[in-house]
Parts: sequence; structure tokens; C-alpha cells
Amino acid sequence: MFAYTLRRIVATIPVMAVVALFVFSLLYISPGDPAAVIAGDQATPADVERIRASLGLDRPYLVRFAEWAWNIMRGDLGTSIFTNLPVSTMIAQRIQPTLSLMVITLILAIGIAVPMGVIAAWKQGTWIDRLVMGFAVLGFSVPVFVVGYVLAYVFALELDWLPVQGYTPIERGVWPWLQNLILPSVALGGVYIALIARITRATMLEVLQQDYIRTARAKGVGQPGILFLHALKNAAVPIVTVIGIGVALLIGGAVVTESVFAIPGLGRLTVDAILRRDYPVIQGVILLFSFTYVLVNLVIDLLYTLFDPRIRY
Amino acid sequence: MDRRSFLKVGPGLAAGGLGMAGVAAPALSQGAAARTLRFVPQANLANFDPIWGTQYVVRNAAALVWDTLYGVDERIEPKRQMVESEEVTPDGLTWTFRLRSGLRFHDDTPVLSKDVVASLKRWAVRDPMGQMILTIQNELVAVDDRTFRWSLKAPYPKMLLALAKNNAPCTFIMPERIAKTDPFQQIGEYVGSGPYRFVRNEWVPGAKAVFEKFAGYVPRDEPASWLAGGKRAMVDRIEWIVMPDPATAAAALQNGEVDWWENPITDLVPTLKRNRNIMVDIADPLGNIGSFRMNHLHPPFNDVRARRAVLQAMSQEDYMQALVGEDRNLWKTLPSFFTPGTSIYSEAGGEILKGRRDYDAAKRMLAEAGYKGEPITIVVAQDQPITKAFGDVSADLLKRMGMTVDFVATDWGTVGSRRALKTPPAQGGWHIFHTWHAGADCINPAAYTAIRANGDGAWFGWPKSDAVETARDAWFAAPDLPGEKAAMDRLNKEAMDFGLYAPTGFFLSYQAWRRNVSGIVKGPLPFFWGVSKS
Repeated sequence: MFAYTLRRIVATIPVMAVVALFVFSLLYISPGDPAAVIAGDQATPADVERIRASLGLDRPYLVRFAEWAWNIMRGDLGTSIFTNLPVSTMIAQRIQPTLSLMVITLILAIGIAVPMGVIAAWKQGTWIDRLVMGFAVLGFSVPVFVVGYVLAYVFALELDWLPVQGYTPIERGVWPWLQNLILPSVALGGVYIALIARITRATMLEVLQQDYIRTARAKGVGQPGILFLHALKNAAVPIVTVIGIGVALLIGGAVVTESVFAIPGLGRLTVDAILRRDYPVIQGVILLFSFTYVLVNLVIDLLYTLFDPRIRY
Repeated sequence: MDRRSFLKVGPGLAAGGLGMAGVAAPALSQGAAARTLRFVPQANLANFDPIWGTQYVVRNAAALVWDTLYGVDERIEPKRQMVESEEVTPDGLTWTFRLRSGLRFHDDTPVLSKDVVASLKRWAVRDPMGQMILTIQNELVAVDDRTFRWSLKAPYPKMLLALAKNNAPCTFIMPERIAKTDPFQQIGEYVGSGPYRFVRNEWVPGAKAVFEKFAGYVPRDEPASWLAGGKRAMVDRIEWIVMPDPATAAAALQNGEVDWWENPITDLVPTLKRNRNIMVDIADPLGNIGSFRMNHLHPPFNDVRARRAVLQAMSQEDYMQALVGEDRNLWKTLPSFFTPGTSIYSEAGGEILKGRRDYDAAKRMLAEAGYKGEPITIVVAQDQPITKAFGDVSADLLKRMGMTVDFVATDWGTVGSRRALKTPPAQGGWHIFHTWHAGADCINPAAYTAIRANGDGAWFGWPKSDAVETARDAWFAAPDLPGEKAAMDRLNKEAMDFGLYAPTGFFLSYQAWRRNVSGIVKGPLPFFWGVSKS
């Protein structure tokens, strides 16, 4: 297991290298010019050209890539063209809101979706099943920003229960921290809840037909025991896989959610950097996202061994 | 359950349920809340060097932190600010300035002439008026700690306007060690000379910027008027909260989470006006001028007849209605390149933009210019509501004129780089792009880069007209108001005849704030001095 984990971690290096090359090349060929943004609308073409030269953006592709790759290998993600701040500092400023949003969303989604899926499978064909599946369709269909606006209107503007926007660091209190995360997490979690609930239901339906479930029933195990101890554990592998895949959904959804709720997280940092062509920041954030995704997949693979003893690495 | 009881129960649940007893939010006292002003700016403060980056949002933040030698007041007249007195020799060649006593930087060191000299040298490299002064400069030197002298080879009547203007870059005064930074490199230290200091460790670019009252700032005795007069800090702390989504900003203002929103979009203004806790008013009486910019290097717009064909057919009403709708308080047609309502405003030569729009005449003019249906590349930024609206109207206009439209929908970042290309449109260049100019920049030719017609040195589109340049020079040389007015008449007419660009109209925007905030004035930038909160 340890050797497998180590091998997988080492295997992330070439993956990250390919991601780095791809991201750098894509940005190099994409149109846009940070120098023009910096110079402002009144600047002359000569001003823009001088700023471009001072930023080193007029140098050849290979020179720029080699310099960036060398710095990455030394753990230096570079400096933002616009803010003059190290990219690592900018990421550090933004990571807590995004992590908080993702963790709360995950907890919320798993806490709601798994019981929903289990109950829907148990009550297959009844109004409960149809209600749960109807909710799932709704979760898939309604965009995150629409849910966000509706929630903000109802719970912030009309009821005045929660704030519309912003983020409070957890160091300033758990409740203020949660206050800012409840609405965004619910908005972001909708599609995720729908996905997990559907997969849970489908997998549970299959498992509930198995002989060992019939045996458990014959032995007198109660319905909750059958559902949550016998069936759910055996249905866990596909559910955990979907949760892992869903992390990518969360990363994408966080971009929209952070904009709607004005949360200063990595999603907004990415969008701002793309719009301004702040190349070092875009490259740094995408590398981080890729690394996170690779790590999440590794964790999911390792979790399989917990739920299914037949799986060994 | 109402909010009050919810809030009572909430912390208990959180603390109990999570085993976090004792962890609670710090409560801001009512007084502390009243001393903090929360402001939603027009854009993200992504950098904070007002000479290196000349975006309006940087200028607006910089005006809090750095003071200027002079400042324009609401009549757009230069007034002394850091300067106590000035003398100019009768031949107009030597200016001697004396600084006010008691000026201090935020690191508590005194503001000295050497700091001013270094700041002006850095500014002059980047500013159009500064560049003009540099071409006739003999020397700029510190005479003593409070006196500096600028000697010239030729008179420059607009010296005080250059030092006072609110157009970016302004003459912000920084310590010498910082001001010695290459003007094309970003500064790394933010030591100001103005009423508020920049709290760098709370700066989260893209999200938040914080400014705190600088106790060592000595305001002038006169009442504040735009960038002039006594800049009195009435709140201890100003938080700029960046909100990319207008709907969120509107909700936050209604909910009392922010106090002042610089630029609410017109769609949301009716909602804000209905809220009795919110005030809505025009933000900047100098407004903005929309621009249909043509590339003078390539056919058909290298021919004046093709450019004037656009002016002949263009309906400014269409552009303005597409942008701001039916609210006539917010826009007017503009047969001029200059900001209306000022003492030197001119409509000379603007008849082509008035009256019935004549597509047939425009088609004839295009044919005379040799246009035979080649694709016209119009590059339109879709992420800017203004350019998107203009682009849609222009596509329709060009089709009505019988032109073949190659509509390139892209983002502002791409427009910014593509418009700098001089290559033919079919090889990645362009024929047309849209932008807008702040009315404050278009009062006169001083900071109006887009009115230049000096070919390669001109703004994007590279118009070349000696007649336009001569008329512009006449304004700079004008010694008095009648002379300036005559020069403006000539400049507007020459630029119209030449089809320098096509103005799409004059438009204003709103600002909104909570009723417990007072002291907000209309102006070309948000002025925070004199603004208080109860």
C-alpha cells in the first residue's frame, strides 16, 4: 500500500509536467496582452510596447518557458504581472475561502444526497422515489447562479437571515464563517447532491437485489441495518468514485459561486487573471487545481480498500 | 423565526454542535461601524502604481493615498494643493514653486522638494502633457527643501492645468526613493502623502483594499472641491470591496452590507430607487463619450469619404438607447468630440452628425472611396456592456450602409492587443473597434490622447492630419479663454471634416449609496474626503 501510494505520488510529476507545458503553450498562443490592460485605455501604442518589453513578454517562447519551468522546479510560481505579488502569496490569500466552500459543500452534499439516494432506492416506484428523482433533475437543470440569486433574494434580502456576500475567515468565529458559506454551499451543492443521489439510488437498487441482502433479511436484520450497513457499504465504491469526479465539478462551480456571492477565493482569482491575461497567476492556479485533482483521485483509489476488502494494491 | 432570534440561536448551535464553545465573531461596536465606509468600486484594484498603470480605478484609489501639487475644482480650474505659492517669470519660461509647510509622508518623513522633483520626472515620462513639457524643458531642480524650479525653453501656458488635472496619470507625490523607480516598472512600496494610507497587508487584489486615515495629513483650510481644497478624512477606515456581479452589489447595498456603490448598472437602478434607505444620483456630470474607432491605415477607412460616410449614417440615438435605454437623464446626442457643458465646448463642424440619417448618401460616399464589398472587421469586446451594446448597433449600421461585416466577438483583453496591430485586417488586424472616453479626459485636448492625429504617434487607428494637429497646438498656445474657445472650434471642425473617429454619443451613469452616508458629491472620480457615515 505504501509503495503504491509512493508510486502514484511520483507518477504525478510527469502529469504535472504535461499540464504545465500545455497551460503555458495555450496561454502563449491565446490572444490578449496584459501590457495593454496595464497601460490603460489612453496609453499610446508606444507606451504599451515599452511595458510589454519591461515585463519580458517580447521574448521568445522557449526562453520564457525555460525560465518559468526552472522557477517552478525551485518551487517559485512567479510574480503576478499586475499586483507585483508572488503568485504563491496570492494563492495563499485565496485558498481558505475556496477550501471552506468546497468542504462545506461536500459535507452538505454527501450528508443529504446519500440518505436521499438510499431512501429513494428503498421506496422505489413510490412518490418518495419520484420526489427525490424530481429534485435530482432540478439540481442538474437549474444553473448555479440562478439558485444563488434565488437563495440570496429569499434568505438575505427578504428574510434577512444571512449575508448576501463576502467571506469571514474562520479565525474570526465559526458562526460568522458559516454564515457566509451557507447560501453559496447550498447553491453550489445542488448539482452535486443530484449527481450523488442518482448514483446512490442506482447502485443501491442493484445491491438490494443481491442474495446476501435476502440472507440478511432472513436473519432478521432490520431495514435500517440492511440499508445502511449491508447494502450501502457494498454500494460505496461507485458512490465514492462519483464523489471524486465531482470535485472537478466543484472546482468549476466554485468559479461561478464565488462571483455570485463575492467570495474572494481561487475561482475568482482565476477568472480575474484570465480576463487580465495575468499569465503567472493563471499558470499557478491551474497547476494547483490539477495537482488537487490528481491527489483527490489518489485518495479515492485508496478509499476503495476501506469499502471493498477484495481490492488490494 | 426572525433574524434576531435566528442570530441568537445560531451561535449557540454552532458552538455547541461543533464543540467550539467560546469561539465567536468579534462584534464591531456601532461607533466602529460608523467609522468604516464600505465602498464597491467600478473595478478591481489589481495594481497600485498610478504612474505605471493608468486605469481609472488605480487613479481613484491613488487619489486617497497620494496628494497632488495642484488639484482641479468643480469648475475644472487648477487650485493649489500641496503648493503654497508659485511664481512665473514674465517670459513664461521659469516656474518657481514653494511647498506648504507641514506636509508629511505616511512614513512620517517630511515631503521635500527632492521628492517632488523625482515624482514629477517619473510622471512626465508617462503623461501626454508631461511629455510636452519634457520636450521644452531646460531643467527641473530642487532649490531648497520647500522650493523647486522648472525652467523651460518655451512658454507652456497650461503648466498649472498639467499639475492639477484629474486625468491619469496625475502628479501624485511620492518619496524620492520610490519615485526614482523606472516609470515602466511597478513600485513595490506604497508610502503616500494624502489623507488616507494604504493598508498593504489587508490588500487582497480582486477582492478588497483598505485605507486608513492618516493622522499626520494637514488639509488645506478651504472647503473641499473635487481634487482641490481641504481633504478632510471623516471616516477612520475605508474598505473597497470588489464585486464582479452587479446583482450581488445591488443586494449587498440594499442589505446594508456596503455603503456606497460607484457604478450601478442602469437595469438595477429602478430597484435601488424604490428602496427608501438608498440614494441614487448621477455619478459624474462630465460623463463619457462613446467611440467608433476606425483604422486609418487600411481601406476603406484610409479614405476620408469612407470615414465621413459612417458619420453621415450613424444614429447616436440608436447607440445610446442600446446602452442606457429610455432614461433621457442619462444620455444626449453629441455632434462634437468634446465634453458638453463646459465653457470651451464646441460643436463646430458637427452638422454631419445631426438630422436625418442618410444611408444612400453614405453608400455613395463609400463607393466614391472605392469600397466594393470587402469584409469589414469589427472587433467587439463582449465582456464590457458598453462595447457590446455599441458593437451590436454598429454591425446593423454597417449592413444598412451596404458593407460586409466580419464581426469578431471577443473579450476586452483581446481587443486591447489586437487594436495595437497595424497589419491588414485580413492578417489579424482590424477595421473598427469600440471604446469610450471619460468626459473628464475630453474637456480639452490636454489629456485627450484619442484626438491626436500625428500618424504613428497617434492613438490606435493612427490618424494623420496636420490640420488637426495644428488646431490642437493652437489650444495649448492659447493664453486666454477666447483663444482657447477659438482653438476648440477649429479643432472640432478639422477633426469632424477629417473623420478622426465617430463619437457615438454622450452618456452618464449613476452612483448609489445608503442614506446614512453623507457628503458624496458628483465628480469624475469618487471623492472620499468630506464623506461621513452615521
